[in-house]
Amino acid sequence: MFLINCPFCGERDQSEFSSGGEAHIVRPKQPTELSDDEWAEYLFMRKNIKGIQFERWNHVHGCRKWFNVVRDTSNDKILSVYKMGEKPPVNYK
Amino acid sequence: MPNYRIHKTEYIDETKRVSFKYDGKTYFGYEGDTLASALLANGIHLVGRSFKYHRPRGIVSCGAEEPNAICQIGSKKDLTEPNVRATELELYEGLEASSQNCWPNVKFDIGGINNFISPLIPAGFYYKTFMWPKSFWKKVYEPLIRLSAGLGKSPTEPDPDIYDHKYVHYDVLVIGGGVSGIIAAKMAAKNNFKTLLVDDKKILGGSTIYQNNESIKIDDKLSSEWLKNEIQEIKKLSNLTFKTRTSIAAYHGYNFLLAKENLTDHLPEEKKKNKIRQRLWKIRAKKVVIATGSIERPLVFNNNDRPGILLSNSINKYLDYYGVTCGENIILFTNNDSAYETSISLHKKGIKNIIVDLRKSASSELIKQAESLGIKIYFNHVVTNTFGYRKINSLEIMKLSEDGNTTIGDKIKLSCDCLGMSGGWTPMVHMHTQSGGKLDFRDEDQVFLPKENSEDQISVGSCNGDFDLENIIDKTVNKINKFLDIDNQDYQDTNIICSKENDKRNMWLLPNKIPLGKTKCFIDFQNDSTAKDIKLALKEGFRSIEHVKRYTTTGMATDQGKLSNMHALGIIADTAGVKMGKLGTTTFRPPFTPLTFGTLVGRNVGKFFEVIRKTSMHEWHVKNNAEFENVGQWKRPWYYPKNGENMHDAVQRESKAARDSAGILDASTLGKIDIQGTDASEFLNRVYTNAWSKLAIGKCRYGLMLNEDGMVYDDGVTTRISENHYLMTTTTGGAANVLSKLEDYLQTEWPELDVYLTSVTDHYSTASICGPNSKKILNKLFPNLDLSDENFPHMSFKEDKLENINCRIMRISFTGELSYEINIESKYGNSLWKMCIEAGKEFNLTPYGTETMHLLRAEKGFIIVGQDTDGTMTPSDLQMDWIVSKKKYDFIGKRSLYRSDTVREDRKQLVGLLTDDPKEVLEEGAQIVSDVKSNPIDMLGHVTSSYFSPNLNKSIALAVVRSGKTMKGQKLIIPMENKNINVTVSDTIFLDKENKRLNA
Repeated sequence: MFLINCPFCGERDQSEFSSGGEAHIVRPKQPTELSDDEWAEYLFMRKNIKGIQFERWNHVHGCRKWFNVVRDTSNDKILSVYKMGEKPPVNYK
Repeated sequence: MPNYRIHKTEYIDETKRVSFKYDGKTYFGYEGDTLASALLANGIHLVGRSFKYHRPRGIVSCGAEEPNAICQIGSKKDLTEPNVRATELELYEGLEASSQNCWPNVKFDIGGINNFISPLIPAGFYYKTFMWPKSFWKKVYEPLIRLSAGLGKSPTEPDPDIYDHKYVHYDVLVIGGGVSGIIAAKMAAKNNFKTLLVDDKKILGGSTIYQNNESIKIDDKLSSEWLKNEIQEIKKLSNLTFKTRTSIAAYHGYNFLLAKENLTDHLPEEKKKNKIRQRLWKIRAKKVVIATGSIERPLVFNNNDRPGILLSNSINKYLDYYGVTCGENIILFTNNDSAYETSISLHKKGIKNIIVDLRKSASSELIKQAESLGIKIYFNHVVTNTFGYRKINSLEIMKLSEDGNTTIGDKIKLSCDCLGMSGGWTPMVHMHTQSGGKLDFRDEDQVFLPKENSEDQISVGSCNGDFDLENIIDKTVNKINKFLDIDNQDYQDTNIICSKENDKRNMWLLPNKIPLGKTKCFIDFQNDSTAKDIKLALKEGFRSIEHVKRYTTTGMATDQGKLSNMHALGIIADTAGVKMGKLGTTTFRPPFTPLTFGTLVGRNVGKFFEVIRKTSMHEWHVKNNAEFENVGQWKRPWYYPKNGENMHDAVQRESKAARDSAGILDASTLGKIDIQGTDASEFLNRVYTNAWSKLAIGKCRYGLMLNEDGMVYDDGVTTRISENHYLMTTTTGGAANVLSKLEDYLQTEWPELDVYLTSVTDHYSTASICGPNSKKILNKLFPNLDLSDENFPHMSFKEDKLENINCRIMRISFTGELSYEINIESKYGNSLWKMCIEAGKEFNLTPYGTETMHLLRAEKGFIIVGQDTDGTMTPSDLQMDWIVSKKKYDFIGKRSLYRSDTVREDRKQLVGLLTDDPKEVLEEGAQIVSDVKSNPIDMLGHVTSSYFSPNLNKSIALAVVRSGKTMKGQKLIIPMENKNINVTVSDTIFLDKENKRLNA
């Protein structure tokens, strides 16, 4: 059970949150101009890394805010949290 | 009756005699005993039969690692518990226990014949034997295996006991109250850390608490006396809490741990009543100190499993803690110093004993002490066989060759009534590995040790591989000072004298002249796997330790291999010629010892099993005989049977009344989302498939919401209340998910939009009145409201007051009838409902439930998301192309609607079905085919909704059928178990295609 430091509420138990998968996948601005393959790339393809992963979480049973998390999936350590729209921390590339 | 209790100890209260039953016979013990110590005091070693060969088995240990002394407690249908370790169960007046896995009884067990046919049941026996003939599995093999297998019986009625959960937060959690745990807890608490100390035993102190060897001293006191003082001191510390009879079951990430506290298991029946039996502690600790100690290893030699063969240190505990000797003529077989402590203890109490030591020689102070007491020691000798059926009566030893690989010389036969074995110690690294920690292997004494890699967790004491007292105390103090970043000086001048040395001669499988195939060298006592089985698995090509484990079932019994895993690994390493450190270990999984289901579930039983949501009108529904249906967490009226009606009759009556005169539905459970902001219209444009910009204030519109993959996700009517204010409704079950999804897009994709979402589902109650007389009823309720079609047309919204309370009234319809939905603040919901019923009396206003609602909408061909759709249906599949805007540049899911797969003509599509026999009602979920003779039959689709319509007087159904759009009028077949039902594909709308009834 993670402890997640919600950027709006502070540290809370994982049971208050829900995970939203990989972060920084921007919805195409002009979907109609994409080929099937390009659209499928956006719609279906996710990285699922062993190691440092950027992912989205929602404080669904709290402030309902979405935010980003940098997590090492090999040991579940959360290395950083930051708000939507903020630049991802550069030291975890 | 023999009495093996030979001296008094402070832990046994001999003034309090306790009677208990074991296998139907009454015995006596004392307060302070465990079931195991009481049985041993009565001279009982034989406590069960082994799992596979049904060999007689005795008590082996004194703790959680026990593989053999597993009992069934109690015999009531609701209160009986299997697989309880007699070594951990505290004795209480009236305890009833019985042995498991034996029939007809433990002394004469028919399954014992398996012992003689054991050459026929090797490793993987089940996989090899029960493979063929295939038809035998269900009727012969499985019933037979089930009959002879199984450890104990589960209760057949609900557990009457009370269980509890509790959340706690601490700065430091210390697991284990032995000497290192006590020191760690004291240091933490004295330095202002809020500390919790847990121990699974009844008292703190671990194995040092009953230590009475004069040559092991701290500050010139017996180590036990010194520790008692320490315990007295920590009990005075205000920020230290300690919990005994509490064992950590699981160590999860982020220092989240589960502990089980036994509260009443040790109490007599009458004192257990109305008390919480067990409590599950959910602990968050900033830092965790693991001080779980170590367990003694058995030795692997021929016939090492007879009753009367115990771990050497357990013999010591039974003697010094419980005052019970395990025999009168004891042999101790060891490869290290610790058996000498047992030997000296036994000697002091006048119990004759001799030592067989694998080592060529040894010369610690402890050994010198034993020698000076005249205790006979056979160095460089090995036990090669034991004898005695129900209990050991003698054994053979032989000298080891120079290299230790074989035996030499003559057999020496020694008589005994008890054998203690000590193969050294295995650190309990379970907690460390459960927390995600890795292990290192220490070659000198062949142990796996915690690899330090965390700032939040540390192992101290013998679970960290420090086995002698001097090392334990020194290292614990240093490590804790560093771990907590403190400078505690309490133990600076502690003077420790420990006469034990760590020297050990490790051999996983002991040499024997008898070929391995003819021996029974047990590794896993509970699952009956032997050294031979492990070697056979390797010979058959298994290499991975995880595979060997599963193939031989080593370590897979209820004890999870606490005594066996190391030997299995050792023999694999030796045989395969790999280094043990390279081999790795099997995974240590929670729980450490079995947990009861009751503890895990806690109070969440019966009516607390799940959250229940009720509408404001719920009590009225109950009073009026409603049957309820669960929709998500909501209880919704399903139908209202009258005068003993069955469901069918009630639904037919309700459906007819709604179309003939008037019906009323509690629609409060529909999800309601309040949407406000200057960009609210734009937002709706993006989330629904149809256009919203031009919806006039005071008007309502039906919307279909897709997932980004183009599949229908939810639907509902949204009302424009003012310029920048909408009220969206969602399906009852989808409300929470829709809100989450909308928030997701709003916050992450379109943060520039000025839109705010609020869930108002619980804020409003909704009564939906439909039918040709609904307008008259509305007129009685709202006499000042102009209900004319000009002022208040279909799909529009008005506000009015009902006795000064604001109401929102929508003229919308899910039944195809003229229909109004009245929304009011929830606290007035029940009054609104009653007023509607009252006003509707003269029009036979009939309350109807979800089943009638489903029937009425099916007559009109309206879909229910989740019933007629399943996450693979596009709007076009549902024949709802009309609701997908062609003009809008984008909305959620739009691009997916023209992917190559979604534009396929032969997708499954929604159609209507009419049965040739109008009385025949199809089963929902039934398969649809066109040709029953083809092989294999081509499956075209399935029925999604099916009813008998009283208004049409015939059976109607909705279905999804491959290329269904093009099949109107075509004959299809529904093959059922006993018959084939002929159907014709029809339009999805069965009633009032022209929508005349909406304005009736």
